[in-house]
Amino acid sequence: MDFLNAIVLLSNYVLIPSLVYGSQLALGALGVTIVFGIMRFANFAHGEMMSFATVSTIFITWWFQSIGLTAGILPTALLALPFGILITGLLVWATERSVFSYYRQRKSKPVIFVIASVGVMFMLNGVVRLFIGTDEIIFMDGLKFLIKAGEFKKWSGLNEGLALKQTQVLTVLLAILAVAWLFWFLQKTKMGKAMRAFSDNEDLALLSGIDPEKVVRATWFISAVLITLAGVLYGLDKSYKPLIYFHLLLPIFAAAIVGGIGQPLGAILGGYIVAFSEVAATYAFKKFLRYLGPEGWSPEDLVQLLSTEYKFAVSFLILVLVLLIRPTGLFKGRVL
Amino acid sequence: MISVRNLYKHFGGVQAVNGISLEIQTGLITGLIGPNGAGKTTLFNLIAGTFPPDQGQIMLDGEDVSGLRPHQLFSKGLLRTFQIPHEFHSLTARENLMMVTLTLLRETLISAWFQRKTLHQQERKIAMKAEEVMEFLNIRHVADELAGNLSGGQKKLLELGRTMMVDAKVVILDEVGAGVNRTLLKEIGDAIELMNQEKGYTFCMIEHDMDFISRLCNPVIVMAEGKLLTEGSAEEVKSNEMVIEAYLGRGASSGLN
Ligand SMILES: Nc1ncnc2c1ncn2[C@@H]1O[C@H](COP(=O)(O)OP(=O)(O)OP(=O)(O)O)[C@@H](O)[C@H]1O
Ligand SMILES: [Mg+2]
Repeated sequence: MDFLNAIVLLSNYVLIPSLVYGSQLALGALGVTIVFGIMRFANFAHGEMMSFATVSTIFITWWFQSIGLTAGILPTALLALPFGILITGLLVWATERSVFSYYRQRKSKPVIFVIASVGVMFMLNGVVRLFIGTDEIIFMDGLKFLIKAGEFKKWSGLNEGLALKQTQVLTVLLAILAVAWLFWFLQKTKMGKAMRAFSDNEDLALLSGIDPEKVVRATWFISAVLITLAGVLYGLDKSYKPLIYFHLLLPIFAAAIVGGIGQPLGAILGGYIVAFSEVAATYAFKKFLRYLGPEGWSPEDLVQLLSTEYKFAVSFLILVLVLLIRPTGLFKGRVL
Repeated sequence: MISVRNLYKHFGGVQAVNGISLEIQTGLITGLIGPNGAGKTTLFNLIAGTFPPDQGQIMLDGEDVSGLRPHQLFSKGLLRTFQIPHEFHSLTARENLMMVTLTLLRETLISAWFQRKTLHQQERKIAMKAEEVMEFLNIRHVADELAGNLSGGQKKLLELGRTMMVDAKVVILDEVGAGVNRTLLKEIGDAIELMNQEKGYTFCMIEHDMDFISRLCNPVIVMAEGKLLTEGSAEEVKSNEMVIEAYLGRGASSGLN
């Protein structure tokens, strides 16, 4: 009984949350990695693009709600998602045309692109707040819980409850779908193959008739899809706050780099590694250990490595460790 | 086929191509020789659109193509090989060859889902072609190796193989023979002649091996210091004093005689 209680407790506070958070990070890191694989620069504006995508989706959601269009037990934001993707696609394309394509034509060094993307990041950060303000926004509607903690307790007869939010299931499902689609696209379609060829050897790809403009366009579009999914799913699951996506940049970059930047599989694995470490390092294991230990025994303190305010330190630490020990990341070599 | 007019290209202080004008005649195998650093590769890079010229004009089949990018020239039937071999190192040798035909496949997002059969047939044909090319170049046994792991000579052959995968109008070869063994070199020469005679490909090739050049090329163009030195048959060029001087330094021809 105690053992089951321990398992449920761990699932509720560590396993499920990190699986969900890991999926969100994986989607974010995939976007960073795809852009890096093709254009060879780390897009620092990625987080703010996620913020922009979420805000666009929120506005569309509000509009749908105001005309009475909802999705029943599903969140209305799901209906708004395709429009969010389109708007984000337009934004990303506008930054490409107005900023990045200029440097590409001049064949600028990657570091110039990185700095340009930092500029885009600051600009978007301001623009987004101008439109939506600085308040926290909860835009999740529909059925909140699929499994409620109280009901679970009654049903199972355990002391510990297990809660499962709809957003958690949606996140994992949509992440699986997006990843499956992305891998199918990269492996099987002509454009996917062209992208991989381009990432491997740009000169040779051009010589095989591959149009670099088309490759860049497809890359930004895929990145826009991943950006919107990651941003909206994170916002739905937690809530929207303007600076939250700015802070997410660190764990997302950590995830992309742990897996080996430019490696889609690595980005996914990296997302889960960072998420599990972050959640586990900030969780107080006291109660969990009490269940496992002998009757009447209890650990002295909380058994918590870091207090939750320091959770971003985990990504930072992982990043530093990877760069020191294995700078190429877990998967090296093959890009895209 | 290709005509170059008054072309200039510099890198920093180096005037790599210094006002060159020349013709690559349709249906011929033209040789391009010259001492190291003469600007031959740079000229090829200009023709193939790797970078635009500082000044001057490049015509392909009567059409001004100066400043076009390599993928645009590919669709106009121009193929090239690199002096330092390029390959998709995360793909196998076979996949490398098949990649050349990627943009020629008819595929849309819809057909990728619904017409897999026709796509499959197209791909089978291309795979068979790749098989043939590898057989010919003696690299069939490394077909499934990652191209990045091939030897220097095998990579050279893969470069040549790429040009055999699709129908081209004009192929420019940058030292395909360098680092390839003698026996195979002869066969490569035969293949180039065959493609030239039967398929009507126009070739222009940079090569340092004079025997190879004499056997295949007529005319031979000589470059030195970014300029056109002379043009003629291999025999004429070999006995030209300016050419000997360019290769061996000033005063060498008189010293030799
Ligand atoms: N990308 C480049 N950047 C800077 N300088 C270059 C570049 N490419 C060529 N050069 C310079 O231009 C000159 C001509 O080089 P090029 O490669 O065209 O000679 P080449 O005739 O092909 O010589 P080789 O027979 O040795 O291959 C050289 O002085 C070289 O240093
Ligand atoms: Mg050269």
